[in-house]
Amino acid sequence: MFDTTMIMAILPEILMLILGLLVLVFDLIWKKRDGRDLGWLTAGGLLFILIVTAAIARPAESTLVFGGMIRYDMMSYVFKLLFIFGSMMTSFFMMDIEQLGKRGEAYILLLVATIGMSLMASSADLIMLYLAIETTSIPMYVLAGFMRDDEKSTEAGFKYLLFGAMSSTIMLYGFSLIFGFTGTTALTAITDFTLPLAVGIIFLMMVGIAFKISLAPLHFWAPDVYEGAPTPITGYLSTASKAAGFAVLLRLFLGLFPETSPYAPTWTMIMAVLATITMTLGNAVALSQTNIKRMLAYSSIAHAGYALVGVVSLSELGVGSVTFYLIAYVMTNLAAFGVIAAFSRVAGSDEISDYAGMSRRNPTLALVALVAFLSLTGMPPFGGFVAKVFVFAAAVKADMIWLAVIGVLNSIIGVYYYLTVLKVIYLHRMEGENEEAHPIPITRPYAIALTVLSFAILAIGIVFGPWFNIASSVAEGLF
Amino acid sequence: MNLSETVNTGYFFGLVPLLVFFPIAGMLFNMIFGGKMSEKAIGTVASAASGLTFVVAVLLAYSLSATHGELHQVFLAEWIHIGELQLDWTFRVDTLSVVMMLVVSGVGTLIHIYAIGYMHEDVRFKDDVRRFRRFFVFLNLFIAMMMILVSGDSYLMLFVGWEGVGLCSFLLIGFWYDFNILGQKSTENAEAGKKAFIANRVGDFGFLLAMFTTFWHFGSLQFDAVFESASHHPDPVVISAITLFMLIGVTGKSAQVPLYVWLPDAMAGPTPVSALIHAATMVTAGVYLVVRSAPLYNLVHSTSYIVAMIGAVTALFAATIAVGQYDIKKVLAYSTISQLGFMVAAVGMGAYVAGIFHLATHAFFKALLFLSAGSIILGMERGHHHLAHGHGDHDDADAHHDEEVFDPGDMRNMGNLRKQMPVTFWLYMAGTLALAGIFPFAGFWSKDEILLDAKLHAEHYPGVYWLLAAAAFLTAFYMGRQIWMVFFGKERTEVAKHAQESPPVMTVPLMVLAFLAVFGGALNLPGSHALTHWLEHTIEGVHAGEFDFMVAGVSTVLALIAIGISWLLYGKNPLKAGQIDPLKKPLGFVFTGMENKWFVDEGYGAVIIRPFEKLAKFLSIDLDWNFWHDWFHNEVVYAGFQGLAKFLADPVDMGIINAIADWLAEITKRSSEKLSSLQNGFVRSYALSVLVGVVMILGYLLLK
Repeated sequence: MFDTTMIMAILPEILMLILGLLVLVFDLIWKKRDGRDLGWLTAGGLLFILIVTAAIARPAESTLVFGGMIRYDMMSYVFKLLFIFGSMMTSFFMMDIEQLGKRGEAYILLLVATIGMSLMASSADLIMLYLAIETTSIPMYVLAGFMRDDEKSTEAGFKYLLFGAMSSTIMLYGFSLIFGFTGTTALTAITDFTLPLAVGIIFLMMVGIAFKISLAPLHFWAPDVYEGAPTPITGYLSTASKAAGFAVLLRLFLGLFPETSPYAPTWTMIMAVLATITMTLGNAVALSQTNIKRMLAYSSIAHAGYALVGVVSLSELGVGSVTFYLIAYVMTNLAAFGVIAAFSRVAGSDEISDYAGMSRRNPTLALVALVAFLSLTGMPPFGGFVAKVFVFAAAVKADMIWLAVIGVLNSIIGVYYYLTVLKVIYLHRMEGENEEAHPIPITRPYAIALTVLSFAILAIGIVFGPWFNIASSVAEGLF
Repeated sequence: MNLSETVNTGYFFGLVPLLVFFPIAGMLFNMIFGGKMSEKAIGTVASAASGLTFVVAVLLAYSLSATHGELHQVFLAEWIHIGELQLDWTFRVDTLSVVMMLVVSGVGTLIHIYAIGYMHEDVRFKDDVRRFRRFFVFLNLFIAMMMILVSGDSYLMLFVGWEGVGLCSFLLIGFWYDFNILGQKSTENAEAGKKAFIANRVGDFGFLLAMFTTFWHFGSLQFDAVFESASHHPDPVVISAITLFMLIGVTGKSAQVPLYVWLPDAMAGPTPVSALIHAATMVTAGVYLVVRSAPLYNLVHSTSYIVAMIGAVTALFAATIAVGQYDIKKVLAYSTISQLGFMVAAVGMGAYVAGIFHLATHAFFKALLFLSAGSIILGMERGHHHLAHGHGDHDDADAHHDEEVFDPGDMRNMGNLRKQMPVTFWLYMAGTLALAGIFPFAGFWSKDEILLDAKLHAEHYPGVYWLLAAAAFLTAFYMGRQIWMVFFGKERTEVAKHAQESPPVMTVPLMVLAFLAVFGGALNLPGSHALTHWLEHTIEGVHAGEFDFMVAGVSTVLALIAIGISWLLYGKNPLKAGQIDPLKKPLGFVFTGMENKWFVDEGYGAVIIRPFEKLAKFLSIDLDWNFWHDWFHNEVVYAGFQGLAKFLADPVDMGIINAIADWLAEITKRSSEKLSSLQNGFVRSYALSVLVGVVMILGYLLLK
C-alpha cells in the first residue's frame, strides 16, 4: 500500500514529526539544562532533515499520492526546503530569547507550523489544503502570543487568531461552494468549473491566502502582530509563513489558470491592482514608522506586493521569478529580523532612534544589518536586487510595463526608509555616551545564523544562475 | 616540442623550442630564486642556460647536415588566426638560421661567463646582488629574444624577436641608469638608452610599414608564402616599397647611415653588453633580415644598389670618425658601425655568403676586442684603485676620489699596458689583426670575400669597391693607432703604471674568442667554401667565388701601409702626456671633424631635434595649454558649462524638478501619516475594512 514515492512525498513531514516528539521527550527527561540544548536539538535536527530531504527526496516527476491529497513535485520539494531552512534559522534566533528559548513547547509549535507549511506547499485537495493552513496557523497564533507577561504579545496572538479565523471562514465558504457545485474537493476539479459565479468563488478562496501573505486589504493584522510577537517569531511569520501562502497561490492560480484560460485576463487585472495597492500602501506607511518591527512589517507587506508582480504574468518566468524572489526574501528578512532580535535582546528597544551608534557598539552586527537592508532595498550585489530584476522582468514580458514602473517607483520609496535605518546605525551617535562602553555581544547561535544568512544573500546576488535554475524548475512541474 | 619524434628519427629538430625555453628558464630561475643566491650561482645559472642553448644549436646543426640541409619547420602552437591572417608559432630550422643560432648562443655563452667576472668588478657594482641578478636576467632574456628573431618562420615572429632584443638593448644600455661610466650620479646612461630606443623606433616603423605592405599585397607574413607570391607579383613598385621600408628597419637596427647615431652612445652599457648586443649579435639582425629576404631583394636591383651604397658609405664614414676618437670603446663602436657597413654592402650586392661570413668572423673578433677593452678598462680601474688606496688611509682616499675624475677608458691615459697586462695584450693583438684584415686571420678571409664581390660586380654596383677599400685602409690605420697608443710607448699616467691583469674568469673566454678570431676564416676558406655550400641549401643562387690574388694582395698591402703610417705617427714617437694628436696638424679641420663625429649629432640636433622640440613646445604650451586648456576649456567650455549648469541647477532643477520632488515627498509623507491612522489597533475596524474590501472586489467580479 505504501510505496517509496509516498514516503518520499511526506518524508520531511515525517522526520519533523519525529523531531518534535524527540524534543517533547527530552524536554521531560532532561532536568538540569543549560537552556539552549532543546534549541540546538531542534536546529541540528532541522539541519539533518534539510540535508536528507535535499539529498534523497527530490522528485523525478510530478505525481499525485495518497488518493489525490498530496502532490509530489519540484514545487513542494523546493518550498519544503525553504521552510525547513527558515525554521532552522528561527530556532537559532529563538534559543537566547527569554521565556521562549528554554521552553520545549516553543520548538514543538515551530515544528508543527513547519509541517503545516510543508503540507500547504504540496496539498492537492481542498480538505488537505484547509487542514494544512490551520495546522500552520494555530501554532503560529500561540507562538505570537507566547510571551504571556507581555501585553503586546498577548494582544498580538489574540488579534492574529481573530483575524485568521475570519479569513478562514471566508475561505471555507468558498470551498463549500465549490464542493456544492462540483461535488469534488480536488483542486484540479476547479478547472472544469464553468458557472458564472466561478471567479467570485475563487476570490473567496483567495481571501485565505491573501491573509497569509498579508495582501491589502487583508494586511491589517500584520503590523500589530509583527510588533507584538517575539522577534524570531515575527521573522518566521514574515518569511516562511508568507512563502507558504505564495506556494498555495502559485499552485492555485498559476497551475489552474494558465495564460490560455478564459479567467486569465480577469485574474491578471485583479492581481495587478492588488499588487499595486499592496506595494504602495506598504511602502507609504513604512515611511512614517518609528518602530523598526512595525517598519519591517509594512516593508514585508510591500514585498508581498513585489512578489505578486511576478505572479500576474501567469508564465513560467513569472513562477520562477516569484520563487526566486521568495528565496532571496526569506534569507534577507530572516537576517534583518535576526539583527533586530540580537539587538533588542541587549538594548531592550525596537525604536529606530535607539539604533544610533550601533556600528560602533557592534561593527559586525552593523555589517549584517547593512547587507540585509541593502538587499531589501534591492541593491546589487545582494540577492534582493536580482530578485526584483526577475519579477519586474516577468511583468515586462507579460506586457505589464506600467506595473513594473510602479514597482520601481515603490522601490525608490523603499530606499528612503531602509537607508534611514542604516543612516542611524552608521552615522548617528549615542547621545552623550561612549559607544564602546555599551557593546552588543552576540551569542553563538546568532553568530552562526547571521553568518550563514549574510553569505547566502551574497551568494544569491552574485551567483544567481544556479538559484534561478532551481526556482525555474518549480515552474516546469506546474505547467 | 616533440620528444618522441626526436627519438624515432634520431634527429633533433623537435628540440628547437628549447632554444627559447632554456634562456627563459634561466631567466625565471634567477628571477624567482636569485634573491637568495650568490653572485657565482646566478652567473652560473645564466651561463648554463645560454650554454644549453648553444648545445641545442649544435644538435640542430648536426641534424641539418645529416638531412642534407633541408628546411625543417617545427610547429609549436597556433598563434593568430584572424580572417586571412593565419600565423602559427613555427620555428624555422635551415642552414641560415642555424648559423645565426650558433654564433649568437656560442658568443653569448662566452660573454655570459666573462660577465660574471666583469660585473663583479664594475666600480658601480658595490656588492648589490640584486643588480647583479637583474643584469643576468636581462642577458638571458636577450638570448631568448635573439633566438626567436633568428628562428621565426614569419616576419611577425621575427618582429617579436626584433622588438624583444630592442627592449633588452634599451634595458642594458641604461643598466646603470643612476651612475655614469665614472661612477658618479648621473642619468646620462638612461638618456643613451632612450636615444637608442628612439632611433630604433624610427627603424622599426619602417619595418612595420614593410610588414603591412607585405600583408596587404601578399596576404601572408610567412616567409615562403611571401616569397612565392612576390615572385609572381607583376608590380615591381610594391616589392621596391617593401624592400626600401625594410631597409629603414635595417639602418636602425644595424646602425647604418643615417640612423647609426645611437650605437656610439650605446657604449654607455656595461662592456659585456657592448660586446654581445652592440657588436656581435643584435646589430647584425639587420643583415640577417636582408639575407632572409634575399628573394625579395633579388627581384629589385635598384633597392639592392641603395642597400649596398648605404653599407659602403657607412663603412667609410664611420671609419673616418673612428680615427679621431680617444675613448677605447668609442673607437670600437665606430669600427663596429663600419664593419656592419661592410656586411650590409655585401648583402646589398647579393653576396649573401660573404655577408654572413663576415658577420660570423666579426662576431668573434669584435666580441674579443670589446671584451679585451673591458679587461683593459678594469685593469686601469684596478690601478686607479690601487693608487687611491695605496697612499694614506681610507678617509683620504675618499677625498681623493672626489677631487679627481679619472676616465679609465681614455686612451690618452694609457700607454705601455703591454707590460702590465700581457695576456690582454696578446688577445687584443689577435683581435686587431683579424679586424685589420691581416693574413691569415679570420677577418682577412671574410673581408676579402666582400671586396672580391665588390670588385666582380663593379659594373652593377659602381663605387662600392672603392669606398670599401678606403674603409679597409682606415680600419687598419685606426686599429694600429689604438695599439700603439694603448700598449706601446710610455705610461702617460701613474694609473697606467699600476694597471693589473684580469682574472681567468674573464681571460679564458677571451682565449676561446681569440682562437676563433685567428682560425675563424676556416669556415669558408677558398677552395673548400664550406659556408657557401652550407648556405646553398637556403639561399638561392649563391656561388663560390674564385680567390683573386689581385684583390687580396691590394687589400693586404693597403692594410700594411696603414699600419706602417700609424707606426710612424704613434709608434715611432709615442704620444706624451698632454700632447695633442699628431694627426691634428697635417689634417687640420678634417681631423677636428673626425674628432667631433662630423658634427652629425649636432646636425640632427639643429635640423630635427630642436625644431621638433620647438614644435612640441608650441603644441604643448601655446596650442594645448594656452589655447586649448586655458582659453577653450577654461573660458569657453568651462564657463559655458558653468552658466548652463547654473541655469539648469537654479531655476530648472531647484525651481521645477526639486519642487515637484519635494511636493511628491510631502504628499507621500502626508499620505503615510493618514494611512497610518487607519491602523488604529481595533480588530473591529480592521474586520470592517476587510469586509468592505472583499465585498468591493466580489462585487466587481460578479457584476462586471
